[in-house]
Parts: sequence; C-alpha cells; structure tokens
Amino acid sequence: MKRYSVFAVAREALRYHTGWERAWRSPEPKRHYDVVIVGAGGHGLATAYYLGKNFGITNVAIIEKGWLGGGNTGRNTTIIRSNYLQDPSAAIYEKARSLYETMSQDLNYNVMFSPRGVIMLAQTEHEIRGYKRTAHANQQQGVKTEWITPERVKELVPIINLHGPRYPVLGGLWQERGGTARHDAVAWGYARACSDMGMDIIQKCEVTGVRVENGRTVGVDTTKGPIDCDKIGMIVAGNASVLSEMAGFRLPMESVALQAMVSEPIKPCMDVVVMANTVHGYMSQSDKGEMVIGGGTDGFNNYTQRGSFHHIEETVRALVETFPMVSRLKMLRQWGGIVDVTGDRSPIISKTPVQNCFINCGWGTGGFKSIPGSGWAMAELMATGHSPLTEEFSINRFKEGKFIDESVAAGVAH
Amino acid sequence: MLILECPYCGVKAEETELAAGGEAHLKRFGPGSSDDDFHDYLFMRENPKGVHFERWRHANGCGKWFHAARCTMTLEVFGTYTAQTSEPTQEIKDKIAAKRPGWTWREFADGQK
Repeated sequence: MKRYSVFAVAREALRYHTGWERAWRSPEPKRHYDVVIVGAGGHGLATAYYLGKNFGITNVAIIEKGWLGGGNTGRNTTIIRSNYLQDPSAAIYEKARSLYETMSQDLNYNVMFSPRGVIMLAQTEHEIRGYKRTAHANQQQGVKTEWITPERVKELVPIINLHGPRYPVLGGLWQERGGTARHDAVAWGYARACSDMGMDIIQKCEVTGVRVENGRTVGVDTTKGPIDCDKIGMIVAGNASVLSEMAGFRLPMESVALQAMVSEPIKPCMDVVVMANTVHGYMSQSDKGEMVIGGGTDGFNNYTQRGSFHHIEETVRALVETFPMVSRLKMLRQWGGIVDVTGDRSPIISKTPVQNCFINCGWGTGGFKSIPGSGWAMAELMATGHSPLTEEFSINRFKEGKFIDESVAAGVAH
Repeated sequence: MLILECPYCGVKAEETELAAGGEAHLKRFGPGSSDDDFHDYLFMRENPKGVHFERWRHANGCGKWFHAARCTMTLEVFGTYTAQTSEPTQEIKDKIAAKRPGWTWREFADGQK
C-alpha cells in the first residue's frame, strides 16, 4: 500500500494524478479462511482490522451483500460521544471515542474526526437530575463531561432558543471531546488497512446459509459459492435476526427503521452537536454546511430502509422550537436505516449457542460512535474467547436478568 | 404511510391514529414455567424479513386492540383481524399463502413455540 502523505499529493500533482492506486483489492473468495466476518460495515471492518493488528490473524474474509459501508455506516448522523451512565456502556463507548482521536494516524486515512463537543440539553427537572447523575458517574469512569448552565449553553450555541414554547433549556451535559467524523471515511480507512494486511473484502456477495456441524460452524454458503472457515463473526446490524436464523438460533431483537435528513448547505452557524432529547431531535452542521438532523424510529418492524413520513414532521417541529432560524431551511435529503434493537436497548457482543460463531449486533441508534471500540472488543472476543469490554454485553444477560438499564440504543434521540 | 383497517369499527386508520404493540401470538409463560420458556416469551422475537404478525391498537379511534398481518420487506398489508384468536384466521393464512408461495405458519429455526 502506498502511504498517503503531503509528498504523495505533491508527487501526484506533478504527474496528473495518474499514480493513485485503488484503496482496497476486490478479490474472488478463496475456499477457506480462518475467520469470516459477515458484514463490511464499520463494525465488521473494525473487527477485522483489530483481529489483524492486535492478534495477527490476517487470513480473514469480510463478506458484504451490498457495497462496503452502504448500510447504517453510511446512514447515520456521525455523532461520537461516550457520556453514558452505566459502567459497561461508558467503558466501550469511551474506548471507541479514544480510538477515534488517533484513527486518522493509525489508518493513514483522514477520517476527519472533529472533537467539536456535544451538548445534551436538559429541558425538564427530571433531565437535570439525570444528567447531573451522569456527569458524576462519568467522573468516576474517567470520562470527561460536565454539567453546564443555560447561559453557557447559549454561549456555545448562539442560535438556540432557551425559552422554547414547550420546554425551556435548563442546562446541559457537555462532553467537550465528543464530536463528529466522516462516516464513509471510517469504513474506507478500515477497508484499506484490512486489504493491506492481506484480508479479502468480498462485496456483492450475500450469505445464503450458515453451515453448522455438531454444534460448530464450519462455513457459510454465499452467492459466490461456499466458503469454509474456522470462526464466523456476524456483524450485520438490522439483518442479525435473519443471519442467526440461518445458524439455527434466535435473538432478542427487533429491526426498525430510523430516519435522518440533511438540509441545504448554509454558512457556519453552529460548531457543536446539540441533542434535545425531551423534544426528540438532534442537530449538527457538517463541514459542507448542511445541517445534519436525526429523527425518530417507527414503532413497528421494518426492513425497507425508509421510515414513516410523520416522524420527519415531529423531528423538524422539535428542532424549529429549539432553533427558530432553521424554520426556513429546505431539506435536501432524507433516508432511513434498519437498526436492530434488543430487549434492554443495549448491544450484544457475544458468543452464541453455536460454537465458533460470534455475534455483534443490537447497536440500534448507538452504532457509529462505537465502531472502533466495538471492533476492538469483538476482535479480542473472537481471538481469545474473552474480552473484558464485552463481558456485560453477553447474550445470556437476558436469561440472568443482568440488563444494562440505559437505553444506549433506544431508537430515539436520548 | 401505513394504513390499517380496524376490524372493529371499520375505520381505515393511518399510522398516527394507531399504536404499534409488537409481535402477535406470543405464547405466554408465567409462574411455574421453565426459565427458558419465560425467557423466550419475554425477550425472543421472530423479527422476520417478510411475513409478520403484529398487535396494534386503534389508539386515537375506538381504542380496541387488533391483529395485523404485514410484510416487513414491502410494507404490504395482508389484512387485519380480531384480537380474540391465538393464531391468524384461515382467511388471512390463505391470503398470505397465495401471495407468498411456500410460506407456512410458524416455522422457527430452533423449533420453538
């Protein structure tokens, strides 16, 4: 792999950019791999990357039914934060956030991580107490967050309306090192690094069956033929139930559509991420100037990657209350992604009833921000059979009643 | 926009008039049941990519609960039917079988329920 650098740019500038090579190879599948990762989204690629980087396992195939990063990795609102209450969530999300800080250098690929800060607005007395509690918990967990006053909120976000028609802004939970990153670049950067380590990224190849013999996985059937493997990692977000059914077990999981949209580009007006959870809306401004807006999920199961229209109205109404200046913005694009939501609204990173078959799913609305941490932990689990970060996220927690009572992946702004 | 006809009052209601109630025809397990059955009843969900049965409530209408058969891939509605039944009516099953050849009621990978 040719490294990207200022010298590479200069060299290519002098020869009409004819020397750039493809960022990753597109090989045909081999007959056997040590590890097959199903799903070339952020989480799948990150898992493969850390399998190679931390454990030296490079005989890996990453199989994708569509195109790389074309699922929820390309459909989120790119927000990164780790201000969670419960220890297991804070640990894995903070791991992810800290890996984002150095990701561009690690991958030699600019993921445009922008630690611009994230505010979660408190708009009821209950939220004030909740966020103060979270701020205290974060101090114990080593996650830097603080409780800020409405005056400080106004200072950080001049366009905000503190005295909304329904809910006033009473303060906020501020995470200075939270922010955003370029979502596609995260997938592309990992893909390039994986390909460079000799891993095969196989796109437009759908898994049609999971072969299980004597309770162990031995391979997968795909639209490009059967592939044998020693271990499988299922990392397919909304389609996790479909894949687990192929392997012969069920999941405590439902798939619903979550929507987001962006406005026309405007001049810079807000340089932090604001989440207004009582009224259900969140917004940030992309580097192109578009206002990136997160909406809500539908209440019913759905695999169509489009959501209900009335949720757009609800989200926009909430944001017009909070930021009156957006009332005349035109919306440029709107889309939906299929998020997987578990019984306790927290993810599953776990072994499964089938030996050598591992699953990483249930990230719901908390997927993008957790990509590197999730990949790091999943790789450790797959390579060694044990990872301290994933212990609490086992599939068995439902049986044991050890829920992670937090709704990190609730399917709404929270 | 999802439109379901309430089998009680006959109103064709769009989704803001309705409240979704999750997977239908769960077999309930309570005190005295095994841990596995209770766990499956509480948490395991079918979540199919295709034909799905759901509970809905005509919340901003007659207020009654009813059942709907829907496709989660196409959002096609096969029909709605009464809540007073533990499995879909034969009419609904026939309708689905006509539109989705090969479909059968209750075939789980792990043979449960």
